[in-house]
Amino acid sequence: MSPTEPLSLQAALESRRESGGKCLVPYLTGGLPGWELMLSAVASAGADGIEVGIPFSDPVMDGPIIQESSELALAAGATPPGILDALSRLDCEVPLAVMTYVNLVYRFGYERFAASMVRAGVSAAILPDVPLEEAGDWCAAADAAGVQTVMLAAPTSPDERLVSIVERSSGFVYAVGLLGITGERDSLAASAKVIAKRLKEVTDLPVLVGVGISTPEQAVEVCEVADGVVVGSAVVRRIVETGSPESVAELVGTFRDALDKG
Amino acid sequence: MNNDLKNQADELAQVFAADMVGAPTGVGRFGQFGGMFVPETLVPALHELEAAFKDAWADPVFRNELDTLLADYAGRPSPLTRCDRLGEQLGFQLYLKREDLNHTGSHKINNVLGQALLAKRMGKTRLVAETGAGQHGVATATAAALMDMECLVYMGEVDIARQELNVFRMRLLGAEVTPAVSGSRTLKDAVNEAMRDWVGTVEHTHYCLGSVLGPHPYPWMVREFHRVIGTEAAVQCRVALGSDHPTGRPDVVVACIGGGSNAAGIFSGFAAFPEVALVGVEPEGGAAIGHGIPGIVHGMKSYLMQDEFGQVSEAHSISAGLDYPGVGPEHAHLADSGRARYEQVSDSEVIEAFQLLSRTEGIIPALEPAHALAWVVREKESLAGKNVLINMSGRGDKDVGQMMEVLGDQL
Repeated sequence: MSPTEPLSLQAALESRRESGGKCLVPYLTGGLPGWELMLSAVASAGADGIEVGIPFSDPVMDGPIIQESSELALAAGATPPGILDALSRLDCEVPLAVMTYVNLVYRFGYERFAASMVRAGVSAAILPDVPLEEAGDWCAAADAAGVQTVMLAAPTSPDERLVSIVERSSGFVYAVGLLGITGERDSLAASAKVIAKRLKEVTDLPVLVGVGISTPEQAVEVCEVADGVVVGSAVVRRIVETGSPESVAELVGTFRDALDKG
Repeated sequence: MNNDLKNQADELAQVFAADMVGAPTGVGRFGQFGGMFVPETLVPALHELEAAFKDAWADPVFRNELDTLLADYAGRPSPLTRCDRLGEQLGFQLYLKREDLNHTGSHKINNVLGQALLAKRMGKTRLVAETGAGQHGVATATAAALMDMECLVYMGEVDIARQELNVFRMRLLGAEVTPAVSGSRTLKDAVNEAMRDWVGTVEHTHYCLGSVLGPHPYPWMVREFHRVIGTEAAVQCRVALGSDHPTGRPDVVVACIGGGSNAAGIFSGFAAFPEVALVGVEPEGGAAIGHGIPGIVHGMKSYLMQDEFGQVSEAHSISAGLDYPGVGPEHAHLADSGRARYEQVSDSEVIEAFQLLSRTEGIIPALEPAHALAWVVREKESLAGKNVLINMSGRGDKDVGQMMEVLGDQL
């Protein structure tokens, strides 16, 4: 069973940063066949935290790889309570965040969802279709339950908006590295370091860049500015293509090694 | 429109603007519905769009440019037709607001000309759009051709197959048509693809959303661009009903509902008058208000067909234009407040109505407004003796191929 108090994602990321390291938060789609084994493999390969996706029928922030994995997971019967229930029975020793779309949370009930997260040992939520304008109801429930809410900041966000975003954010602040949806890219977008730098200027929260971080080289490059990275599509593609926890751990390990070497 | 009618319309428009279907409150709220549930990347663009729309809508130069296009290019005002043969058969006075006679064949052109002009004014060079039946896609492709803009239309793979004529029209007009291959491969998925496109192209692209759907300011802005339907119809009804009619207004106004843009347009002309019943007609297989519960998708909180966990259901309707599991947030609010009611009709009732109007009035309706017609046919006894106005939102040419498969052997 998980401890009564979930491991804090923010504390783990701050600790990594204080020790001079860079943070690695892989993403995987919950509910894929064998995903619990993948989670353990990712945890043991050097992740500082793990983002578990709860698949939604209409993921507008996601590109083809995560769309496909969501459809596979839904076809395999994935549900929000099923995934949270499975997490409550796992003890993977790294802090967890759930990433999902707001309708699943709204349908579940904001307060009930936040309470279920805590019971499942999940410390943070990432809801990409809940910007500041709509964050009030969810954040009230999350704050009351002690759940961290990671807000997204985008290259299009004006400076004054970044200040409000980091004020509202906890866990870390998710810097969207490019204009676009999730997916692998051949090279690091110039916007990735720019948004990371802009955020570093206004917050002490860990600044992690996600969307378009596809290779260890890109991760190292963006971490010249950022505190860490979220790696989604590259990990999910490996999961879907190989179905092998060892292969997935090996991939995550290459990111870990590269970030450790700098 | 002659000056007298125009003045009356302006006067009425001011009355309406103050009541019922006014501007949303807060961040695009109609009651509890609406909002701006989108990725952060798009939020600044939506604020920019809201500001640009407010500015343009208050600018006589913009309004005049749009009015001129609507008149000289789209063919407004659209006529009001009294249907004597069918009215006699059904036992009430039936009027059709003839949006089917607009350029490109539906009401969609009103919104698209407005948005394309606005996009130009904002310095955007490219339009993306979603389309279901293809009418909004054709209208967007048309506006893009007229205004020399690049245009990409997302359309569900299923809809591409059943509306191939409109696909060809869009390509003929110079637009690119890209299939949406995820999910139900219909309108819902085309919206997803258009939003994903926009997340990556927002700096130079305007998302020309085709209904009173999506994040603020779209539900409000699109309704304002269609308000012309209701404003004209209010004036035309007053003339048609004659000076001895006590109010000069119909008893019932009926429109089909997918996202709800044609209904929002015509309702806006009558919502301020409580004696006018407003009826939205949904397809049985895509009845967000009839069968849905509140949910959040495509940037808005509204009624939504979904499963117990909140996964969005796939709609199933004979009409590609109404094949959508959600509905515009203002309709959700009008339903909750009781100002409008929402009814459902089956595909088979629609097929009957499609033929009925063709045979009795020589008007082949699109399958979408055939839903409104199907409801008044079913309700003919309760409507006896009344004045009934239907928004004939589009013409049936696009549906003839599909209906040949359904009816071919019977005719």
